[in-house]
Amino acid sequence: MRDTVHFGGGGAVNSGGSMSALSREENAATAAISSSEDSSSYPDDDSELELGLGLSLGRGGGKPPPPPAAAGGGVGSWDQYARILTAKAPSSSSSSSSSPPAHSAVSSQVRGWPPIATHRINSLVNHTKSPITEESASNVDNKRKNMTVAMDKINYRSSYTIKNVSSERGTTLKKSLFVKVNMDGVSIGRKINLHAHNCYETLGQTLDHMFTLDASACATRRSNVEEQVVIGGRGRHMRLLDGSSDFVLTYEDKDGDWMLVGDVPWEMFLSSVRRLRIRRTADANGLAPRSRGMNREC
Amino acid sequence: MAYSLIPEEVLEHVFSFLSSDRDRNSVSSVCKSWYEIERWCRRRIFIGNCYSVSAEMVTRRFPEVREVEIKGKPHFADFNLVPEGWGGYVKPWIRVMSGAYPLLEEMKLKRMVVTDECLDLISRSFNNFKVLVLTSCEGFTTHGLASIAANCRNLRELDLRESEVEDLSGHWLSHFPDNCTSLVSLNISCLGSEVSFSALERLVTRCPNLRTLRLNRAVPLDKLPNLLQRAPQLVELGTGACSAEIRSDIFSNLTEAFLACKKLRALSGFWDVVPAYLPAMYPVCSGITSLNLSYAIVQSPDLGKLVSQCINLQRLWVLDYIEDTGLEALSLSCKDLQELRVFPSDPFGAEPNVSLTEKGLVSVSEGCPKLQSVLYFCHQMSNAALITIAKNRPNLIRFRLCIIEPHAPDYLTLGPLDTGFGAIVENCKELRRLSLSGLLTDRVFEYIGTHAKKLEMLSIAFAGDSDLGLHHVLSGCESLRKLEIRDCPFGDKALLANAAKLETMRSLWMSSCSVSFGACKLLGKKLPGLNVEVIDERGHPGSRPESCPVEKLYIYRTVGGQRVDTPDFVWTMEKEEEVLLTE
Repeated sequence: MRDTVHFGGGGAVNSGGSMSALSREENAATAAISSSEDSSSYPDDDSELELGLGLSLGRGGGKPPPPPAAAGGGVGSWDQYARILTAKAPSSSSSSSSSPPAHSAVSSQVRGWPPIATHRINSLVNHTKSPITEESASNVDNKRKNMTVAMDKINYRSSYTIKNVSSERGTTLKKSLFVKVNMDGVSIGRKINLHAHNCYETLGQTLDHMFTLDASACATRRSNVEEQVVIGGRGRHMRLLDGSSDFVLTYEDKDGDWMLVGDVPWEMFLSSVRRLRIRRTADANGLAPRSRGMNREC
Repeated sequence: MAYSLIPEEVLEHVFSFLSSDRDRNSVSSVCKSWYEIERWCRRRIFIGNCYSVSAEMVTRRFPEVREVEIKGKPHFADFNLVPEGWGGYVKPWIRVMSGAYPLLEEMKLKRMVVTDECLDLISRSFNNFKVLVLTSCEGFTTHGLASIAANCRNLRELDLRESEVEDLSGHWLSHFPDNCTSLVSLNISCLGSEVSFSALERLVTRCPNLRTLRLNRAVPLDKLPNLLQRAPQLVELGTGACSAEIRSDIFSNLTEAFLACKKLRALSGFWDVVPAYLPAMYPVCSGITSLNLSYAIVQSPDLGKLVSQCINLQRLWVLDYIEDTGLEALSLSCKDLQELRVFPSDPFGAEPNVSLTEKGLVSVSEGCPKLQSVLYFCHQMSNAALITIAKNRPNLIRFRLCIIEPHAPDYLTLGPLDTGFGAIVENCKELRRLSLSGLLTDRVFEYIGTHAKKLEMLSIAFAGDSDLGLHHVLSGCESLRKLEIRDCPFGDKALLANAAKLETMRSLWMSSCSVSFGACKLLGKKLPGLNVEVIDERGHPGSRPESCPVEKLYIYRTVGGQRVDTPDFVWTMEKEEEVLLTE
């Protein structure tokens, strides 16, 4: 029941906060130990450093480590991981979306920040899904607005709107259906609540956003070059369901067979899906063919 | 000497009064015979890091253990910083204990991976099993819970705090046999879907000693009175969803039910709370010492009204809807308050959505003389406020402040918050746990190293300028056991200069810092008492230059040797003996 989410926030990467944090780290990495303003017992000179067990760094020439933003795919991508970015704000299909805020706070772009346990974050998001009575609706309107904004920022259930909530008759909550989602080349698995969706499209969009950066990360790792996959703060979108990308969405059904997502009616899919996997198109050739024809890159 | 005149049984009896692990460890080091006597009569084991020792070693030394507590993943796993699959599997422990401890009664696990197979094994291996507490665990489903319910005939406590449970069916609860009457504590608040209500009702009815019942969200409010009527002896209650159509019969049933619960001391739950129903709980408020409203989206004045009724409150967890005004009211009415946690209702909003600032915390520090534990999320802070808080509350033991924007400066002076936190560590001499946030330079670490002599756990994020900061902490904090750092410009120097310190701590976590692979290798080689784990999802660190910083670093002391269950993105650095053997 815990969804691993990318903490939301749309828009530009280059907010003031994040840039200054980065440059501070660059300075720290390139400069020698900065001397403190008042006297301190800590030696400023490298050579005087008393190492507890006679350990030395053994770096020839005592060169400091290269700054994080230096060229070189391995090092260069380090700060991409340090600041895992989310994709853009919800697409036009969401009726409650507004244009992404121009001044995204750094906190909304950084993984695991603010430090709130996942179950608590899920609970905040789930609050907007809860049934409410007509009489209390007016009381909680403001809260709902906040939560919707939070939801949009988390970029999770982008198709969900307030309209859906009020039309529910105060019945019990829908059961969640959490399935694991893995992607080729990415060690971090995710979980997604399929009951939060009612069609393949929103599922595809959500997974798209969830794994976009991982796709570029995976590409970076494989090619081991300086390729800047992240363009303007957003990753390449995978468009999992229309076959136009390098990746394709598959699922394991009740019988243990792997199928391509999208063939069967949504309800049928829900009743048989056990888990999902985003596969490289090249690796997905042995699977049950999709009815919709398209050109796949191999 | 005189010792030999004291029979073993007498010594054993004397030792039985020692409950603290530290005392027992001291006693074990006196002499061989005391070591032997003590190890045979130790009944409770706490393992703060499941990889610090092997299950075989534990069971060999302590053959008669009845209660086990084990922790797995590092704390930052709560915030998704530890990749899935890192580890923390309880299976090897349960396999070993199922043979070695047939009389085991209690198992408490935190941040561990527990499978249904594990739960099944527990339920069938320990005939006298009584207490299962799973805090922030994952990997199991309701099928596993069914095994526990069905097979543990003397089960007293089943507590699933914030665990991630795959909900396959709500019928697991029906697996409690009809003759099970031993339940004292049941916490299913983390479960997503409905449990069978009739099974729950019957269970509550036949367990007369039930004192803790924490329901999950799916239990509707109108059904709550049914349960309360059957368990008026409850001491701790977690409601389910607190929303229902506004009907007077529901309200009166609820009020009546609460009136009958004269022993109620703790309240939690409150999901989706409809404020109109809160007054039903007023009758019990004066007895309430612990109130968890952190899932309750309720605002002033309803929130304030409820809290101000709880004049004997000792612990309050609440969302920032309480605002400064609510906290001021709290400080005036709840003079016994010891612990306050204020969580953000909109953590990802660019602008604050409520009027909760540093002023709220200052009021509470002024008005509540027993306040010792604070967790506070807010958008602005000032050195002046922190200094005031420090002066008001030198008895603080835990102080965790999270200013939501990283690098946020003192909003009045626009400078760093070094002096504010410095005042905290200087005045609060008993401080054991500290979390920092906001704009901080190396200075703050100098203060911490100088003053925080009792500090055991320190959490640092987006702070400091250089290795000097880390050096201050590692060289100055004598009691430091756990250090967790993210996104700070700390590199190799301080770590290597204070390498020996790491063997006196339980663990060190560093992510998104500047520690190079070369330094990690060196630490691993030179300090055999540590496991130095490099966690890096970009592939083998050897494929990058040695000076390249690692993504994440987890160092912990161990006598259990290298892990055997590392996933493909974790590398444990080789120790010197191993290197020599291959040459």
